[in-house]
Amino acid sequence: MNETEHNLIELKGMTKTFPGVIANEDVDLALRPGEVHALLGENGAGKSTLVKMIYGILKPDTGQILFQGQPVIIDSPAHARELGIAMVFQHFSLFDSLSVVENISLGMDKDVPMDILAEEIREISDRYGLPLDPHRYVYTLSVGERQRIEIIRCLLQQPKLLVMDEPTSVLTPQEVQKLFVTLERLADEGMAILYISHKLDEIKALCHHATILRLGKKVAEVNVDEESTSTLAALMMGEDLAPIVKQDHGSFGQIRLQVEGLNQPAFDSTGISLDEIHLDVRAGEVVGIAGVAGNGQDELLRALNGEEKCRSHECIMIDGKHVGLLDPNARRKAGMASVPEKRLGHGAVPDMDLVDNAFMTAFHRMGLLARGLINYPKTRQFADKVIDEYSVKTPGSHVPAGSLSGGNLQKFIIGRELHQSPDILIVSQPTWGVDAGAAQTIRQALRELAANGAAVLVISQDLDELMEITDRIGAICGGRLSRFYPTSQMTIEKVGLLMAGVALEGDSQDAA
Amino acid sequence: MLPKLVKRPAPSRFMVYLSPVLALFLSLLAGIVLFVIMDVSPLAALHAFFIEPISSAYGLSELAVKATPLILIGVALSLGFKAGVWNIGAEGQLIVGGLCGGAVALYFYEQEGFHILPLMMLAGIMGGMAWAGIVAFLRVKFNANEILTSLMLSYVAGLWLNLMVHGPLKDPEGFNFPESRIFSDSALLPVLHEDYRLHIGFLLALVIVGLGWILISRTLLGYQIKVSGAAPAAGEHAGFSTARIIWVTLLIGGGVAGLAGMIEVSGPIGQLLPSISPGYGFTAIIVAYVGRLHPIGALFAGLLLALTYLGGETAQILLNLPVAVTGVFQGLLLFFLLACDVLIHYRLQFNQPALAARGA
Repeated sequence: MNETEHNLIELKGMTKTFPGVIANEDVDLALRPGEVHALLGENGAGKSTLVKMIYGILKPDTGQILFQGQPVIIDSPAHARELGIAMVFQHFSLFDSLSVVENISLGMDKDVPMDILAEEIREISDRYGLPLDPHRYVYTLSVGERQRIEIIRCLLQQPKLLVMDEPTSVLTPQEVQKLFVTLERLADEGMAILYISHKLDEIKALCHHATILRLGKKVAEVNVDEESTSTLAALMMGEDLAPIVKQDHGSFGQIRLQVEGLNQPAFDSTGISLDEIHLDVRAGEVVGIAGVAGNGQDELLRALNGEEKCRSHECIMIDGKHVGLLDPNARRKAGMASVPEKRLGHGAVPDMDLVDNAFMTAFHRMGLLARGLINYPKTRQFADKVIDEYSVKTPGSHVPAGSLSGGNLQKFIIGRELHQSPDILIVSQPTWGVDAGAAQTIRQALRELAANGAAVLVISQDLDELMEITDRIGAICGGRLSRFYPTSQMTIEKVGLLMAGVALEGDSQDAA
Repeated sequence: MLPKLVKRPAPSRFMVYLSPVLALFLSLLAGIVLFVIMDVSPLAALHAFFIEPISSAYGLSELAVKATPLILIGVALSLGFKAGVWNIGAEGQLIVGGLCGGAVALYFYEQEGFHILPLMMLAGIMGGMAWAGIVAFLRVKFNANEILTSLMLSYVAGLWLNLMVHGPLKDPEGFNFPESRIFSDSALLPVLHEDYRLHIGFLLALVIVGLGWILISRTLLGYQIKVSGAAPAAGEHAGFSTARIIWVTLLIGGGVAGLAGMIEVSGPIGQLLPSISPGYGFTAIIVAYVGRLHPIGALFAGLLLALTYLGGETAQILLNLPVAVTGVFQGLLLFFLLACDVLIHYRLQFNQPALAARGA
């Protein structure tokens, strides 16, 4: 067929099984020169297996690879590089104590003198907008700069096909923008790029074609420009996702959670101290706090939910009442629920069953204590209801929490708190490590809680999530909160600046 | 090829209960080897140890007498161990409880009345609590390791008891022996049957087993204890103060150990001696673990460990074995139990499966 001749690489009927799992089943894929092609799928859909076969790390059980129209058997990464296939891995393989040029030299298949190599690196970095000093030591470089080393290392081989495995998971929004500019220029010069991701916005921005994998099978090949992110998501997950509905700004009620001048010294030397935190969340509102991990998110959650008592009674108010010196259960009584970031060992006890774990934070509000004794039949009912309503996949409420998958346990924990119909919910990293379907359920549930008049505070590192579900957004950096801005006036880039502790200039005003 | 330990996907509930049985079996096996080395017929020794003491009604009643303090303290220590509070100084708390209870008995010497025993019990409980309270205070206030402080306070308690029976509490008509007067009848625990030494303390132990069971499985406090022990951060999330759990579990442990001490002096002993316990407080640690930190388990483990005390005495009398054999048996049992407990979280794998073939 004519099309085959135009294709740079074509995969036909690729199948790969591991003991007990079929990682890829009869997968086809074709790329033309100059095409940025997305390989899209959830965690575990088989994306990595497929590209490892392209790069010669894994051998297919059955299937054929055509490269420039010729059938090839790629038996090693060196062979793949020889053909003109290069790959940038999600995890870098760099020596911190060596310079950029030394690192690149170590990965070369042939010997090139250092000074010539440095010159080549400089040339490529100029040409593709990848600023990098070849003589800098790796340990002095940011994550984004380290990724540039890997990309330049690939480009030095003048590949025809560049494979990128989830390249943006470690980058700030600003770095992602720069990367995309580079990739577009490479494509313009005729290089084919296979871009692996599960981030739909990125794929919309960068790619024109996408092959979608689900449970190891190719479910569709689509023209990205004709699809919306929600149709792509539906293909990826095999189910339709209802869009998140936000309320009108006018309909927010009174302030339910108010924090004024909260200062909290660091608990230990590795902790972050909270510095003059001001914050309020109204009824019906979802407020988001972005931030790079380890900037005081955990400390903030613990100060708000009462695990760490405040220094003054006045600094935290629930519905106008001071609660700064109250313990977590007194704050729960006042209507506040919280979901910590760490599930096992903080949000739940791994060795206890789901019934005991349901009791943990719910006994006051759900009336699970009768005359000082635990009402187990009622607690079991409550646990079963949570499991049922939030479709937690488990053989029953009698299994230990530690045996549930991360996503299922998170559904259980969030369900446990939501089922108590709190007036205020503080949740940290609500969908971290949760598969896309469950994540959407959780986000939906948070919005619904707000729609029913609760105040919801979401602390998250996932900017897409915050942009999707929040009404106002701010960021925490080094234990200090930025100002909050209406999410509708914000872009990912602006939030990125807030995360870096940079104040936004100009017009946007705090909505509160 | 040596078997490998492979982590189980979930802890085995079956092994939780099989482990003590396995440990007992291995201790017996080790005991047999020991007797052979000592040139004693293993059959005769094991008979003397485990069968002879309980082949008469008197023997059974003595078993219950010895088991009483072990069960009491075993139940109380289980609660603390479940919370991750390692009170290993129950021996000291027992001694102080016995001393305080005994002091009350001597204060009311040659008086009669039903108020004396309850007052002695109260004094015993308060004494044990006070002794354990020192440990709790040091832990909560200065983060001092409770294992060290509770153990060291045990030696202080032993010396203190010695000082008292050599001094203020010494029997004025006792020919300068370091012993107190023999308690008057109102200060002695009533026996259940006049032929035996078995006293109502044993019934009290059964009540404590029941209370302990309800506490740990049904009450909020029991739940808090379990959560704080299994995942301290989750305990704080649930609003359970770690300091409170430390105080409560140590006070319960100390109070019950103190009660056991009072029961010893007012039951089988009947006076204050320089030594009122053959290490019940330490043996109760083994009781708690063999009993799987469960009150009902502690009941059976208490009876088993009491048997090693009785068996040691019988073996001493019948076979001229040294009394240290008791300690050796108890130690072996704990040693094997801890070793067998590995199998709760790990399983043995005898031959390795072929590695799954992967690409180059």
